[in-house]
This record gives sequence, structure tokens and C-alpha cells, in this order.
Amino acid sequence: MTRLTRPSTIFAALIALTTACLPGVLTAQSGPLRIEITEGVIEPLPYAIPAFVPENPAAGQLASQLSRVVADDLTGTGLFREIPTSAHIGSITSFSSPVQYADWKAINAEALITGAVAVNGDQVTVKFRLYDVFSGQELGSGLQFNGTQNGWRRMAHKVADAVYTRITSEDAYFDSRVVFVAENGPKDERRKRLAIMDYDGANVQYLTDSSSIVLAPRFSPSGDRVLYTSYESGVPRIYLLDVASVGRRVLNTGVGDMSFSPRFSPDGQTVVYSVTQGGNTDIYRMNISSGQSTRLTSAPSIETAPSFSPDGSRIVFESDRSGGQQLYIMSANGGEPERISFGEGRYGTPVWSPRGDMVAFTKQSKGRFHIGVMRTDGSGERLLTASFLDEGPTWSPNGRVIMFARETQGASGASALYSVDVTGRNLKRVPTEGGASDPAWSPLQR
Amino acid sequence: MTYLAKAILLCAALSVAACTNGGRFGGGNGADGANGANGGYGANGGMVPGSASDPASPLYFQQSVGDRILFLVDQSTLTDEARFTLDGQVRWLNSNPDYSAVVEGHADEQGTREYNLALGARRANAVMEYLVAKGVSPARLRTISYGKERPIAICSEESCYAKNRRAVTVLAAGSGM
Repeated sequence: MTRLTRPSTIFAALIALTTACLPGVLTAQSGPLRIEITEGVIEPLPYAIPAFVPENPAAGQLASQLSRVVADDLTGTGLFREIPTSAHIGSITSFSSPVQYADWKAINAEALITGAVAVNGDQVTVKFRLYDVFSGQELGSGLQFNGTQNGWRRMAHKVADAVYTRITSEDAYFDSRVVFVAENGPKDERRKRLAIMDYDGANVQYLTDSSSIVLAPRFSPSGDRVLYTSYESGVPRIYLLDVASVGRRVLNTGVGDMSFSPRFSPDGQTVVYSVTQGGNTDIYRMNISSGQSTRLTSAPSIETAPSFSPDGSRIVFESDRSGGQQLYIMSANGGEPERISFGEGRYGTPVWSPRGDMVAFTKQSKGRFHIGVMRTDGSGERLLTASFLDEGPTWSPNGRVIMFARETQGASGASALYSVDVTGRNLKRVPTEGGASDPAWSPLQR
Repeated sequence: MTYLAKAILLCAALSVAACTNGGRFGGGNGADGANGANGGYGANGGMVPGSASDPASPLYFQQSVGDRILFLVDQSTLTDEARFTLDGQVRWLNSNPDYSAVVEGHADEQGTREYNLALGARRANAVMEYLVAKGVSPARLRTISYGKERPIAICSEESCYAKNRRAVTVLAAGSGM
């Protein structure tokens, strides 16, 4: 049914509404309505979002569903606090009527989001406006998104993305997806299959069946392809899957008993991965179209979990050449690596942040697992989580949030996805219908 | 299912042995080892009560020779116990040339997924190298790592972890691959 199809594109053309577009449009920076995302404790910004107005009878239910998803996105960040509709004094019955700022000021809403939805056949049109209540002005211009019924949640995410960006002056991440490993069954009989979903857990679609073990999927930079490791052929091999067609092919990595831990280069042309030969694991890179591969490390130790810097010039990876797992950075062409992690314990699964300034990692210390971040020179290490087993961080497209897998202890232990702000705040579970592991966050969709 | 059930039973048996005499082949178990050392002509069903009586059967290999060895935390070096078991595997494989084997390397859950895959490969390779050095043809052997994907004991305690840090020699019909 609908979960198997997605609109290929949403008309993301940001059509500025012609009406009431004030000259000299306010920018987020100039007004008081602004969240600066900092390390310190912040007070969430209170906002009101009355149910969007249906512009025709067919839009009745969708209008309120859509505004609910916008609210869930914003409130879910921990940066915004919704003032419940039960507390509202004013109401929005028409998208074009002037806003009665006093009604919203009275309930201490600093931001007001209004919207309208029209449905014509399969076509959905969403309009929204963002108001700075205390300065009594619209913040930015109204925007309109067009899409199909199946894509209504994406339109809601796009509205939330626009609100987030206007208020924080940062790129957003709501219109994004997560590819992961869906898990079922006890630890000694666990079945795994690849799955993809919206960042908030909606619209789950399974990409493989559970006949073979599948591990660690990774998105291409444009989000249209996925690299992963599968035992389909009997031994671990890297596969390349097209998300739209769900067609897949094995990547012929040539040498080695097994190949695994693949990741795309930022231009999507190259894969960096690990090959094990004669019990020794090293890092290779391969041009996807030519199939030509180059060995990047040659050490008797384990070298794995490579991840490119966003400019494609360097690779961070883990190695136990010092005796235990630690993080290293080398040129994307190989060469002598530089160790960046020096703390107590073991460091693995490094992932370069999309902003380029940080590396997220899994740390094992004193029998506990942590998700942490450090600057790329190894300074400023900060552990964001602690549990029996936290593993495998992935960055939101804007580099503000990290998703990872948390496995619970004991014979009935199960894995689930969690997200946490890079500040360490707002730890929460990402809803999935069964167990889940190895998440990888897509780029923002277009 | 049945393989797993067997594996769990076998593991339980091994752990009892480990508890009672500090080593799988110490004390009374040494008799089994001595019989094994005599190879094909010395072994017979009567010498190994309670296990498969045909010394040329895979079941005998599994249960009497011992199809698996265990590793210390984050290690792939072979312990003396492991070498003892592998010596028995060498003798069995050399007496039964119609079998080949896949050596499976495994890790416990206390590690990251990629590292454990690589660690399992190290363990499987350590076993394969030992078997080859002792005279088993490399054409009859191959390795695979399951990392932490296929635990046989599921508690989150050292008693279970110890059983999961293993390399299992799985027989297959056919003299080579």
C-alpha cells in the first residue's frame, strides 16, 4: 500500500505568497525570535500551532494531521515547547485574516505558526506562515508546498524544517530518512533485514528479507543508494542497493575472504571499506563505476570503520595497532595515519560530522559503552550517553543530532534506536515496531 | 535449531568440565585425550561412553574430538587447551580425508560490530593456520567470521561471553573446495 511508494519529488519550489508579504522582510537574525543552539542549558521556545485550516472539505482531516506532525518535529528537538491548543484564547479560522497578536501574547506564545491545506484529487497544497508574536510581525514570508497525498508527511516536515531554520538560523533535518537493520527474535536466533523509514519512525519499508544476515547500511550522499554488508553469498560481502527500485548488486572487491564496513565518499563515486585476508583486516577504497580498488592501509592490526571527511580529503578510521581500538586520521589516499584518540578505554566506529568539525564515536570504558564526540584533532572529547551497550553513531544532516543503537542487557536483551543532541541533551527513543540497530541518517531530501 | 540445541548442550557440558577441573582436558578427561592421540586404530566406541561410537562420524568429531575452541577477551592467541583440541582435529581430519571444514570465528557481544567481525576473522584464521601447520591441506579449509552475530549463550555475563568467544570447525562432506 502507501508505505511502498513515495512521491519522487515534492514540488519544493518555495513559492512566496504574494499576499501580505511585507516589504523589507524580517530575518531571523534581526528579530528577538531566535534560538541560538549553544552548549548551555536552554529554555525551550514556547510556540502555538493551531490546527491548519482546511481550505476545502477534502482537506479536513489532513489539515490537522499535518499541523500535528509539524508540532511533533519542533517539540521533538527539545528546543521548542508547544502551548497546547486547550490553552489557546484565539483561533485561526482563515489563513489570510490578520493575526490578533494580543491573543497569542496573552498565553506567552513567542512564535505562532499558521497554515492551510487544500486537497484536489491526489494533489495536496500546504501553506504556512510564521509570526513573531512579541514583535507583532511575520518572520519571513509565507511558503507553499505542493505534493501528493502519499507525501503529506514530507510536506509537514518541510514546514517544520522552514520554521526551525528561520528561528535557529541553522539547516534543519526533519525531511530526512534513516536506513537501519530491523531485528526480530532472541539473541541466538536473531533475524535481520534492511529497512528504511522517515527520521521520526514513520513510513517503514523493508528493503531485504531476513534470509541472510545484513549489517550496517550507509546512505549515498544524495540518499538514492545504500551500501551494506550481507551474508547472502555465504560470506560477508558489500552490496549496493538502489532505494527506489530495491535492486541490488554485490560490489566485487576482488581480494579477500570478506569485505565489510563500507561508506561512500562525499561525491558518491568512491567506496571506502574493509577487506579481511588471511585473518588480517585493512582499509581499501574503490571507484564504483570502474571497479578499480586501492589498498590504503597495510598493517598486521585491525583497520576498519572508515569514514570520509566532508571535503573528501581525509578518512577517519579505527585501528588496534597500539594494542587496543583507537581512532586515526589519514589522507584519503592512504599514507601514515595520525592517532587522535588518547583517552582511557577503546574507541571505535568513528563518523565524521557533516560540518567537518567533529568525529562521533563509540567508546568502551570500564564495562560501559558510550556515544561521544571529539574535535578532529582529538580535543574536546565529550561523552553524550552511557549504557550497557550503545553503538554506531550517525549524524543528522545538519550535524546537531546523533542517532545510535542501544542494546539492553541479558538473555532477553533487544536493540532499539535512540537519538541525542550533540550537546548531550534530549536523549530519546526513535519508535520502531521491532528491534532496530545500525542506523544511518540520510541527507536532507530534495 | 537442532544444531543450536546441540551446540548449547555441548557448551554446557564443556563448562561443567571447566568448572570441575580447571581445564577441559585436565584430570579424568585426559583419558579421552590419550585415546584421541592414538588416532583411528586406537579409538573405538567403548572407550568414549555416552558419545557417538563411530570415530569416523562428524558427531564423534563434534563431541569427542571437540569441534570448538575458546578465546580470552579480545584475544586470538591459541591457549594450550585450544592447541590440544586442535591437535585432535588434525588427527581426525587426516584420518578422514573425505571431509573438508569451515572454521567459524565468533566474538562476544562486548565490542563494536565491525571490530568483532575482524576479531572473529582473526580467530578463525589462527585456527586454520594451526591446522595447516600441523598438516591439514589448506585446500580442505576455509574461514568465515560471524563477529557477534551468532552467539550461542545469551546471558550478559562472563559465563556466556566465554562460550561465545569461539572458533568452531564445521565439517562438510567433500575433500576440498
